[in-house]
Amino acid sequence: MAPKVLEVKDLATQFKTRDGIVHAVNGVSFELQEGETLGIVGESACGKTVTVLSILGLIPSPPGKVVSGSAHYLGKDLLTMSDEEIRFIRGAQISMVFQDPMTSFNPVLTIGRQVAEPIEIHQGVSRKEALERAGELLALVGIPNAKERLSDYPHQFSGGMRQRAMIAMALACSPTVLVADEPTTALDVTIQAQILDIVKRLRDQLGMAIIWITHDLGIIAGLAQRVNVMYGGFIVEEAPVKELYAHPQHPYTIGLLGSLPRLDASTHTRLVSIDGVPPVLMKKPTSCPFAPRCPFVMDRCLQENPPLLSFDTHHRVACWVDPKTGGARA
Amino acid sequence: MSQDNVLLRVDHLVKHFPITKGILVQKQVGAVRAVDDISFDIRRGETLGLVGESGCGKSTTGRTILQLYRPTSGHVYYEGKDLTTLKGSALRPMRAKMQMIFQDPYASLNPRMTVAEIIGEPLVVHKVGGTKEINERVDQLLGQVGLNPAFANRYPHEFSGGQRQRIGVARALALNPDLIVCDEPISALDVSIQAQVVNLLEDLQDQLGLTYLFIAHDLSMVRHISDRVAVMYLGIIVELADRAELYHNPLHPYTQALLSAVPIPDPQAEEKRARIILEGDVPSPANPPSGCRFRTRCPIAQALCAEEKPVWRELRPDHFVACHFAN
Repeated sequence: MAPKVLEVKDLATQFKTRDGIVHAVNGVSFELQEGETLGIVGESACGKTVTVLSILGLIPSPPGKVVSGSAHYLGKDLLTMSDEEIRFIRGAQISMVFQDPMTSFNPVLTIGRQVAEPIEIHQGVSRKEALERAGELLALVGIPNAKERLSDYPHQFSGGMRQRAMIAMALACSPTVLVADEPTTALDVTIQAQILDIVKRLRDQLGMAIIWITHDLGIIAGLAQRVNVMYGGFIVEEAPVKELYAHPQHPYTIGLLGSLPRLDASTHTRLVSIDGVPPVLMKKPTSCPFAPRCPFVMDRCLQENPPLLSFDTHHRVACWVDPKTGGARA
Repeated sequence: MSQDNVLLRVDHLVKHFPITKGILVQKQVGAVRAVDDISFDIRRGETLGLVGESGCGKSTTGRTILQLYRPTSGHVYYEGKDLTTLKGSALRPMRAKMQMIFQDPYASLNPRMTVAEIIGEPLVVHKVGGTKEINERVDQLLGQVGLNPAFANRYPHEFSGGQRQRIGVARALALNPDLIVCDEPISALDVSIQAQVVNLLEDLQDQLGLTYLFIAHDLSMVRHISDRVAVMYLGIIVELADRAELYHNPLHPYTQALLSAVPIPDPQAEEKRARIILEGDVPSPANPPSGCRFRTRCPIAQALCAEEKPVWRELRPDHFVACHFAN
């Protein structure tokens, strides 16, 4: 097995609001290996974005606070680092691509300036050299006439081009880990296909590890090697991608897969919907967060929150129930 | 095609939005050609899917059909009656038969009105019954869309996205319409909630014999819910066919690329797929390419495509396509 680049243990993050404490992430543990693509899947407000923002020290505090856990990057805990130390890593060794390409650029600086910024800061080269390198990066992500377009402002780029520029910026310092937070959600499907194609190509070229956050199980199927499914601030299932789609164990994963229509389905079948709505995270969860919507719910689910336990060598699930029999898990 | 079965006929519909210059004296300097000469039929009881990327004119099509936008030219016939010639009080009874469900359940419900007021408003506007009848009808509608009638006096902010979309559906059903234009009704919802709303729409169609124009950018969902599917690109319809035919035998290069771009939630299937990756972005509808609109991104474009507009032709029975080289 490849060496670990990132090891997150028992991470919990809370937000103070006027109405009380929001338990956004409640003890999440996972690992990322060198060169691996890990998918984090879940619906809105399941804690997937907060998880990665916590790791990178990007949670605004107050109101947010990482209340427990550790996140070791190559043996060093990111959560206990000083702002100074983590700034060396963030943007250089671990970089991030955000969801909304429309709002994540500074509108009054040129694209070239913004793509060159991390190079200038982290590699200590002159602005001129950094700009030259930025031009190469824009060409790498497939922007036509890259050199001339360095002096364009973000509004002169289309959504797809901005997201490419964002990826170029993230790749500027050849990161070991690329964190992508729903980078294609705001894009059209043909543009999404372009972006996914570029990311796959660059991943193979540069050998970086990727954490790809999305709600789209289709994208994950074609991109990731391993998947974490999140619900209510917990990882409820973790498995290699093929295993997860072939033998989903958690009732939530089963429900999610059932609620998706497939383009290659041969007959019209009614979609399996998950009843109810996702939980509001205002209370510290003491029972299984999925219990109110779960078709297999038992007494134990309402009393005790199941831990994430190994189901198979590489397959972990947090559920008391065996969905095959509907009875308790052996 | 049986002609008597047609509920709505769209005939050479065009909608341009003017681009103006000047502050005091506004001069028209161009037009956004949002919908540029499209024709199709919607048959009674069917679901016609309308897919395309953002800015291709699919929502404008829906709104122009309902006469929420007045068309620049062309006609919309509802049961043979030309809606584009009707105005004011003559149009109002027609509006009751055609309703709309909007994309954003957060923006399309007035936050200061209770659910009962929102759902009852069409009944008040069209003067259907007194207060008591309206209240009964509201309760019945709430039940029909799977909400507790006891919630009638609550406000929209007390509901989740999926529940709000149910309120939007109930409002659309209030006047017993024949046709409902669903404008991306599920794109703002979470995956597990999308299935709830789609199942509800399917059930209501079975119970009430509704006809849907289902506008969406999600091809797998459109394939799931539609009987026939029309594919739009930059203001025109490039292909229209039965859903199975369209998905198994797409003839237009844009449809082929669009289908290949949709991810399938199955790693085994994803591994085997060959993707057609389109170059570049959608051109501006204010200045569309000459000839075929898709030619700037088309993998099989030739000189002819820039010179001549492709003819809308029925290449196979009930399978229409606008491409010089499709066969």
